[in-house]
Amino acid sequence: MPELVMAAETNPFLPADYDIIWSAFVFVVVMVFFVKFAIPRFRQILDDRAAVIEGGIAKAESAQVEAAAALTEYNQQLAGGRAEAVKIRELARAEGVKILAEFKQQAHLEAARITAMAHAQIEAERQAAVASLRQEVGSLAIDLASGVIGESLSGDAKASAMVDRFIAELEESEQYAAGEKAKA
Amino acid sequence: MNLLVPMSTEDGGFSAPGIGEFLGLPALFFEGTPFEINRIILVRLLAITVMLLLFWLALRKAKLVPGRGQSVAELALGFVQVQIADQILGENLGRRYLPLLAGLFYGILAMNITGVIPALNISGTALIGMPLVLGLVAYVVFIYAGVKEIGAGKFFKNSLFPSGVPWPIYILLAPIEFINIFIVRPISLALRLLLNMMVGHLLLVLCFGATNFLFFSAGGWVGLFGIGTLAFGFVFTLVELAVFILQAYIFTLLTAVYVQQAVSEEH
Repeated sequence: MPELVMAAETNPFLPADYDIIWSAFVFVVVMVFFVKFAIPRFRQILDDRAAVIEGGIAKAESAQVEAAAALTEYNQQLAGGRAEAVKIRELARAEGVKILAEFKQQAHLEAARITAMAHAQIEAERQAAVASLRQEVGSLAIDLASGVIGESLSGDAKASAMVDRFIAELEESEQYAAGEKAKA
Repeated sequence: MNLLVPMSTEDGGFSAPGIGEFLGLPALFFEGTPFEINRIILVRLLAITVMLLLFWLALRKAKLVPGRGQSVAELALGFVQVQIADQILGENLGRRYLPLLAGLFYGILAMNITGVIPALNISGTALIGMPLVLGLVAYVVFIYAGVKEIGAGKFFKNSLFPSGVPWPIYILLAPIEFINIFIVRPISLALRLLLNMMVGHLLLVLCFGATNFLFFSAGGWVGLFGIGTLAFGFVFTLVELAVFILQAYIFTLLTAVYVQQAVSEEH
């Protein structure tokens, strides 16, 4: 077996010079690569990513705080608006009551005014009727009396005084008759 | 080694793989110079070239939102950072030693893994030079770390005279600690890696060599044993893959542990 001969010739635990040299070369190359390139790049990218993530988290947090503040403000505004609405409603109701009362009073006044006017008119008409009646009855009576006594009494002061007395007596008798009727 | 198979000494016969797999390989370049390159050296150079190229391609245009390659590279470096550097050395010290530890882990892993790659079929670390250099690096690094972090006097005192022991014990303990820390550590690191890779390679060569012999040279019914050896070869390939990762991890982890012990105020 040629292998055994070779094994006897060479010890596997004693390195050849070229073995050591190439091993050292390999080690140095690997170390330079990892020290100068791989690990710094690896750390750089991890740090960058961490910064981005932290920035994102901070942004989200601030956004949340803003949103909460906006919500509070909105709620406050809403409560304020509600209170104002209640106030306005109260005010409107009070105003309505006042307006209604005013209208009622006006209506009463109007009604009273119309009634008074009607009364006044009726009274005036009655007065006019009484006056004209008195005149007509007077002249009628005088005509009648003139006819009876054959004398013209018109325009005479005596005659008109007599007519007035006559009418007054007539009224008296009427009142008397009414009194009798009431007694009966 | 070859009790099961008939031994043949003539050409075309089976011979168990031996130390000749690693030593006395024919030179491919620069024969006879200190820069001689044989098969294993070439495999080493190829392995780290590919490894560095992959990392370079993955991290060349590192972006905040990583692509597929960058994600894998970040995961790979994150493994060393979290599982080894930060866990053993803590955030502060781990940060400083991460490049070394990451380089050790992926350097060793790349050179180990060529052991199961077809056409390469040997680990770059299966020749004493590489494990020895790496062991020496670990040795220098943990002594440097101890001297730099807590001072030479304190470092050697902590190492040789651990506290909490009655003083007469030091007569016995100090030499043991000296041998353990300053002689055995680098050698054990180097030999553990070397022997794992050598034995793994021999196992695979044995399995596949036997399969080849049984199928094509043995003839007759004996050849059917080749199915069994092929199955063994398949299983051992998977085992070796695990061993490659494990050895890279152990080497890196122990380096970190040694640094941590060297810089700790108390043992």
